[in-house]
Amino acid sequence: MDATETKPFRTLFFVAVVAVGAAGIVTASHEFSKDRIAANQRARLLASLHSVLDLPVGEVDLNPIPLQIGDSDLLGSGGAVDAFVINRDGHPLAAIIASVAPDGYNASIQLLVGIDENDAISGVRVLSHRETPGLGDAIDIDKSNWIEQFDGKTLDSPPLEMWAVDKDEGSFDSITGATVTPRAVVKAVKNTLLYFRDHKQELFSAAEAIERQQSGENE
Amino acid sequence: MSNAKTSWLGGVWRNNAALVQLLGLCPLLAVTTTVVNGFTLGLATTAVLMATNTTISLLRNSVAPAVRIPMFVLIIASLVTCIDLLTNALFFDLHEILGLFIPLIITNCAILAQAETVASRSPVGPSLASGFATGVGFFAVLVALGALRELFGSGTLFAGFSMLFGERAQMISIDFPFDGMLVAVLPPGAFFGLAALLALRNLIIERGRRRQFAQQESLRRDRAS
Repeated sequence: MDATETKPFRTLFFVAVVAVGAAGIVTASHEFSKDRIAANQRARLLASLHSVLDLPVGEVDLNPIPLQIGDSDLLGSGGAVDAFVINRDGHPLAAIIASVAPDGYNASIQLLVGIDENDAISGVRVLSHRETPGLGDAIDIDKSNWIEQFDGKTLDSPPLEMWAVDKDEGSFDSITGATVTPRAVVKAVKNTLLYFRDHKQELFSAAEAIERQQSGENE
Repeated sequence: MSNAKTSWLGGVWRNNAALVQLLGLCPLLAVTTTVVNGFTLGLATTAVLMATNTTISLLRNSVAPAVRIPMFVLIIASLVTCIDLLTNALFFDLHEILGLFIPLIITNCAILAQAETVASRSPVGPSLASGFATGVGFFAVLVALGALRELFGSGTLFAGFSMLFGERAQMISIDFPFDGMLVAVLPPGAFFGLAALLALRNLIIERGRRRQFAQQESLRRDRAS
C-alpha cells in the first residue's frame, strides 16, 4: 500500500514499462493486420464501384483512377469529394462520384453515383446512411430495389423538372412512410448529374493525366 | 472444485454482468439487432475479459494502488485495440457492421469491474476462470436478446452467419413466414427485450425460492406433527 508514497519513481517506471508493452502489442497487431485491412478495403471499394457500373459479370480488371473533386455545392459534402474514372483502352468509360445527400432524415446520406460516358446513370448505391430502419432505409439495396430506378436515367429522360418523387409530381417512386429520405436522394442524384454535365471533360482529362503519369512511371 | 463452480455460477447466473449488475448496457442494447451481431460482440467481449483478467492478475503485485485504474484502462484499451484490428483484418464484413462497438468494449464497465474486484486480487487461474464465466454470461444475454429481436423484428434467425463462417453458414439461417415488427429492432425494442429477459430471470429465481420455501414449510410441519 505504501509503495506509491515511498517509491514514486518505481511506480513511474512501472507505468512506463506497461505503457511501452501495451504500445508494443498494439504495434504488433497493427503490423500483422494492416496489409489485410488494406486489401479488404480495396476489395470493398472495387465491389462497391462494380455495383454502380453496368459491366458484364466477371469483369474484374477495373483499375479505377482515383480523383478528388474540390468543393462544390452540388455534391453536398461541404468539402472535397472522392471520384473515380474508369478508363478502358485509353478511353473514359464511366465516372463514379461519391456524392452526399446532405438533407437526409437523420443525417447526411453517402452515395455512390456511377455515370457512363453517355451521361446516363449506370447505377446508384447508398454507402452509408442513418435513415429510420424499416422506413427510410428502403434506399439501401439490401432492403429494397428502390435505388435501382435511377439506372439508365439522364438529365433529359426524365426531363429536369421531373427529377422528383411522385409525391411532388416527379417521375420517381416515393417510399411509403418516408418523405424526406427519397426526396433527398433524388435531389442528390440529380445534382450529381448536373455537376457531371458541367465538369465531364475536366474529370476525364484529369484522369487521363494521372494515367499517363502512372504509365510513365512504370516505363 | 466448489470454488470454480461458485465462480462459474456467479459469472453466468448469480452475478450475470448484463442481467444482474446491468453493466455494459450500451453495447448490449445497441448491437443486438441480430443473433450474429450479439454472437460476435459476445465473443469479442469474452476474449477481452479473459485477456485483461489474465494480464492484470499477472501484474497485480506490481501495480501501485494509486495508479491501478489508469493501468487497467491502459491494458484494456490496448487489448481491445488489438482485437479491433484483428477482426477488421479477418472478419471485414462483420467489422463494418459492429464498427464502433468493438472499440467501445473498452468502456464496458463489466470489464473494469472484473479487473478491480477479481483480477487485481486473485491469482491467474481464478481470474481467468472468472473472466471467462462473466464473458459467457454476457455472451448468453447478447445472443438471447439478439435472437429475440431478430425473430420479432425481422422474422429471421441466425441470418448473416456467412460473414463469420463463409458462404456455407447461410444454411443455418431460418426464415419465418412473417415480416416482424419494426419496434423490435429499434432502440425501444432493445429495452423491451432486456426487460423480458430480466423478468424471465426473476421468474425463475422466484419459482426456485418458492419451492425451497414450500419444502422448508413441509419439513417444519412434519416436525411439528
